[in-house]
Amino acid sequence: MKILGIESAALVASVAILDEDITIAEYTTNFKKTHSETLLPMLDEIIKMTGIDCSELSAIAVSGGPGSFTGLRIGAACAKGLGLALDLPLIHVPTLDAMALNIYSSDAIIVPIMDARRNQVYTGIYKNDCNLEIIKDSMAVAIDELFEILKDLDNKEKIKKIIFLGDGVPVFREYIDKNLEIAHDFASANLNRQRASNIAMLGLKMFKEGKSLLSDDMRPEYLRKSQAERERNVDKTDAGL
Amino acid sequence: MKKNNIKILAIESSCDETAVAVVEDGRKVLSNIISSQIDLHTIYGGVVPEIASRKHIENINFVIRDALKEANVTFDDIDAIAVTYGPGLVGALLVGVAEAKALAYGLKKPLIGVHHIKGHVFANLIEHENLKPPFVCLIVSGGHTEIAIVKDYNDFEIVAATRDDAAGEAFDKVARSVGLGYPGGPKIDKAAKLGNPFAIEFPKARVNDSKYDFSFSGVKSAVLNYQNKANMTGEKINVNDLVASFQRAVVEVLVEHTITVAKDYNIKNVAMAGGVASNTALRSLMEEKCNEEGLKLHFPSPIYCTDNAAMIGVAAYYEYLNGNFKDLTLNAVPNLEL
Repeated sequence: MKILGIESAALVASVAILDEDITIAEYTTNFKKTHSETLLPMLDEIIKMTGIDCSELSAIAVSGGPGSFTGLRIGAACAKGLGLALDLPLIHVPTLDAMALNIYSSDAIIVPIMDARRNQVYTGIYKNDCNLEIIKDSMAVAIDELFEILKDLDNKEKIKKIIFLGDGVPVFREYIDKNLEIAHDFASANLNRQRASNIAMLGLKMFKEGKSLLSDDMRPEYLRKSQAERERNVDKTDAGL
Repeated sequence: MKKNNIKILAIESSCDETAVAVVEDGRKVLSNIISSQIDLHTIYGGVVPEIASRKHIENINFVIRDALKEANVTFDDIDAIAVTYGPGLVGALLVGVAEAKALAYGLKKPLIGVHHIKGHVFANLIEHENLKPPFVCLIVSGGHTEIAIVKDYNDFEIVAATRDDAAGEAFDKVARSVGLGYPGGPKIDKAAKLGNPFAIEFPKARVNDSKYDFSFSGVKSAVLNYQNKANMTGEKINVNDLVASFQRAVVEVLVEHTITVAKDYNIKNVAMAGGVASNTALRSLMEEKCNEEGLKLHFPSPIYCTDNAAMIGVAAYYEYLNGNFKDLTLNAVPNLEL
């Protein structure tokens, strides 16, 4: 069963085709060109290279968020357009869950952090001792709040080591080293960003569990309201409404 | 490549309408579906780009399916996919562009990129079978105020533009200031009908160094100043008179410049496009002046004046005939020029 994976939640643009336990092709860039210009040409490239026809695909898995609002929508529109054209189901794969798959067969606590601006990160807490375990689901929190959650976890059951990855690392690396007392490390360059093969792999698993969607119904998970909605809610609170 | 019975599926998402249409041979609208978000934005007093983009991605596949169903066609019957790629809100445009590219790629159909304003101008062709270039077109909306000379289907010259606000923007700002709310155009149109357009003399929306260009910030400020002054002296304002006088100051210049362009370039056909083109005062004055000057006036029904995808399908047909197709690198261009 062939699954197409699409990842454009952050700066990385990535597409991959997975056939059961084989990654047939993967094309990943982490470059300043916009996803709108790169994503489909990259897909076309791997399709041409492998000679696979889109009609051979069983489903399309897409990195569903959280992440850059625009990046998520470009990925979603790409997946929805292809899903509609090819009459294929979509699988909405949580971006952070897929990132956690970069670390495998380890007893470390895996914490992907994506820079969410405003001193916050999109993050989740995982373990992947060959089977991905979600300890804490995707959330948008301040880095200090994440530290508190990790300390609580450490108090309950001693954490041997935390592995951080994602584009939040360059932003918060020094701060983490300075302020987090739990043993930790940062994933290496080949494992510290999003990859579409992870999306396709987790997507295939979810697809087999029946967790697919009609392309019409797929919408990104932003974890945040728009600025206008947030400010409006603040106004309401101020006015005592 | 065939030239007849060309069916184009067109997508428009440059602002707050998710719209999809199927148009045959650039004239026959087989379907024209518009999913408007206006109610969502009204509470904010204007379009919120992030909310618009979120709604586009939620709606788009449903709207495409509706357009196919209404036209009674399937993807097999479609010859090309067209999409607005600018100008407009970048996040909103990107949804339509990414969707259209994926559709075209998945269906192995050619992709056409359309300029939003070109679409507005071509909306005139839908209901006026005999209208052909050359014609003069006044484009007036919340984002644009321009006079274009359409020399041929793919040859436009912009001869006049606004130096500051778009006409529709000035309508929105004045409407907000006098408490009529959003969207300002239709609200002012309605209130002005009850007022005296000659009650107050506001400065005209022209500029000194150009015969054709517009400027709306002066008249807008004059209205706001008039209001402030009245508030300070405790004088009661007749809102209907105020907006009727404002509307006259704007509309007179729009009409005057359009007629001047038509006469200077010796073009007999005049058209109007964009949301403000459905303003009733503008329509009746333009009609009156065109009649006086022996010009023939055309304007689309209100449904084709505001943002829609049928007009994009019409404009796309002429790109199709020219073999002007885009590849998968097509990007949204928020300030795309004509």
